[in-house]
Amino acid sequence: MNILIYDNTFEGLLTAVHDALDLNLIPSKILRRNSFQDDLFATKYEIDADLDKFESLWDELKKKTNEKNCQRIFKAFLSESIDVEMIIYDYIKLILESDYNIETNFSDDSVVKINNLQKKVGRETQRVLMFVRFQKTVDDIYYASFDPKYNVIPLTLNHFRNRFADQKWVIFDTRRKYGYYYDLESVQQITIGNKKVSMESGKVNSESLHVSEKLFQKLWKGYYDAINISERKNIKVHMQFLPKRFWKFLPEKDFKNSLTKA
Amino acid sequence: MQIVGVMKSETINKLKISANAAKYDVSCASSGSNRANKGKGIGNASPWGICHSFTEDGRCVSLMKLMLTNYCIYDCAYCANRKSNDIQRTTFAVKEVVDLTIEFYRRNYIEGLFLSSGVINNPDYTMERMVRVARDLRVNHNYNGYIHLKSIPGASDDLQQKAGLYADRLSVNIEIASEPNLKMLAPDKNFSSILEPMDTIKTKIIENKEERRKFKHAKSFSPSGQSTQLIVGATPDTDQSILTLAGSLYRNKYLKRVYYSGFIPVNSYDKRLPTLTEPPLKRENRLYQTDWLFRFYNYRIDEIVNEDHPNLDLEIDPKLSYALRNPWLYPIDINKASYELILRVPGIGVLSAKKIVLARRYGKLGLINLKKIGVVLKRAKYFITCNELKSPTINELLPQNVRQIILSEKQAKRKLKTNNTQLSLFTTT
Ligand code: SF4
Repeated sequence: MNILIYDNTFEGLLTAVHDALDLNLIPSKILRRNSFQDDLFATKYEIDADLDKFESLWDELKKKTNEKNCQRIFKAFLSESIDVEMIIYDYIKLILESDYNIETNFSDDSVVKINNLQKKVGRETQRVLMFVRFQKTVDDIYYASFDPKYNVIPLTLNHFRNRFADQKWVIFDTRRKYGYYYDLESVQQITIGNKKVSMESGKVNSESLHVSEKLFQKLWKGYYDAINISERKNIKVHMQFLPKRFWKFLPEKDFKNSLTKA
Repeated sequence: MQIVGVMKSETINKLKISANAAKYDVSCASSGSNRANKGKGIGNASPWGICHSFTEDGRCVSLMKLMLTNYCIYDCAYCANRKSNDIQRTTFAVKEVVDLTIEFYRRNYIEGLFLSSGVINNPDYTMERMVRVARDLRVNHNYNGYIHLKSIPGASDDLQQKAGLYADRLSVNIEIASEPNLKMLAPDKNFSSILEPMDTIKTKIIENKEERRKFKHAKSFSPSGQSTQLIVGATPDTDQSILTLAGSLYRNKYLKRVYYSGFIPVNSYDKRLPTLTEPPLKRENRLYQTDWLFRFYNYRIDEIVNEDHPNLDLEIDPKLSYALRNPWLYPIDINKASYELILRVPGIGVLSAKKIVLARRYGKLGLINLKKIGVVLKRAKYFITCNELKSPTINELLPQNVRQIILSEKQAKRKLKTNNTQLSLFTTT
């Protein structure tokens, strides 16, 4: 039994896949270093990201399929699903061993699995674009917390940088405890050490909020309630499109909370 | 600071009154435009619209819908803001709408602004103020988010032209599908006062496309096209007359979207209007489904509604209804038929049809393959043959029986669901 253990990064995973294919080693599991528990009977291989190996495999994949399909693999990785490594391994193997582009063979298991994962990740990414709510702070930074099911914030940065090019902003992943800060020039990865933001509620504390912030939350909530047509009430559809797990960050759904707890 | 000064508690009242007055316009789409953020301004319009919230009626909140004013000199029977109604009225200052739009946009609450207005003084006066909002956003605030302006019928060509230069989309609402009924309910309106601005906008859009082909930097004119709304159920107009009108608007006026709005009796005292116990939401839904079939599935309107079938079947969707009425077209061979024919199978959507056509190049498709692709087999199985399918099709079972089977399956599913929710009421304490 062969277990490959990699350094938690995407580059590391592809390095592991590269080595496995190179050495003709059939892995029974590929695991993140931080999720690995020792197994006495297995042969273990510890692998760190090697950028040369990563790039050679990545280029080969692009040649055999295309850029978009490679992005699918990356997106699937961000799902952090427990079996994602083996799914990616199988998919890469299938790509390299086929004489033609297998991308659209929608009845193949490997293709279906990759597509399902990347679809889930894509949907969650879209939800970030929809439901991120910025709170303006005293330093004119627009701050937003989010609690995405998958590790998708990196996929949203281009969107937010293009859209909000003239304001400083932060988007913080409260589940993974890291985020990104745009300072009008570039986007940097950050962590937050101070207590100005609550990790549970995602809210900026009131001393750090801009004086206008609560007013606009109130205006928005007022608008949201007024635009509803009660004769058309349809809670089922409402809940389907706006699942409860997003409510805590939406001023229109969680207004009382944001006023008292802040 | 300054903003807080301007936006007093008065603003929140205005906002509530205005939103409440504007909410019956169902159009909320923010798609179809691709406005880049130029020179570090605010915002961009993404070609696929984004919903930012959902109200309890299940509708998407994408644009902030406001009426610049809900005062109106007209008296349309179906409208909550008609002159003869004794309701709270309010008028926004241009700056108020601009500031609200920008502040909401910056917080990622909205994709942009949908601005309409009651008619005050005269159409030009009203339209001019709306254009000022759009102009101020674009020119003074370098705002590149979405703007939808609802044109005021009767406003000058010059103002329509200006509106189109700043807006991503323009709309003129027809509301009532036949002219005599329109005149009965809205004595100040007629078809030509609505269709003329539509024609003006259409011509400008076409000219502008031509211009932009020649000169890359020419300004765009209403790049996301124009749309309209038809109220359903306020008059005896049939689905056939509604959809035929919609079809001709798509074809002749190049409309991007026609919206259907189930009539909500806001003025129940008006005896010209029907009394409804609830808005005709099912009918509205069937109209949207047909609209969809027309725009993306290559159906002709008269294949779905015609003299023999002037109204849509409320029990089953229009695609299934069409299939049951034309059994001789089926079964369709999944491994051989053209994309267009596969699209006509109930249970197969655009995405699945595309996938089928791509995937069958790798080998013959059977049931398991179709399932993986995402075909709703429970529905499709009566209308297809594939590699190994042996189950009886519509031709052996006969259309009326297929209809019964599908309907009773639907009912059983619904029953199961209510049982489950009842159950969970007791178990999740
Ligand atoms: S013109 Fe518009 S706002 Fe005025 S009454 Fe008619 S529908 Fe209502």
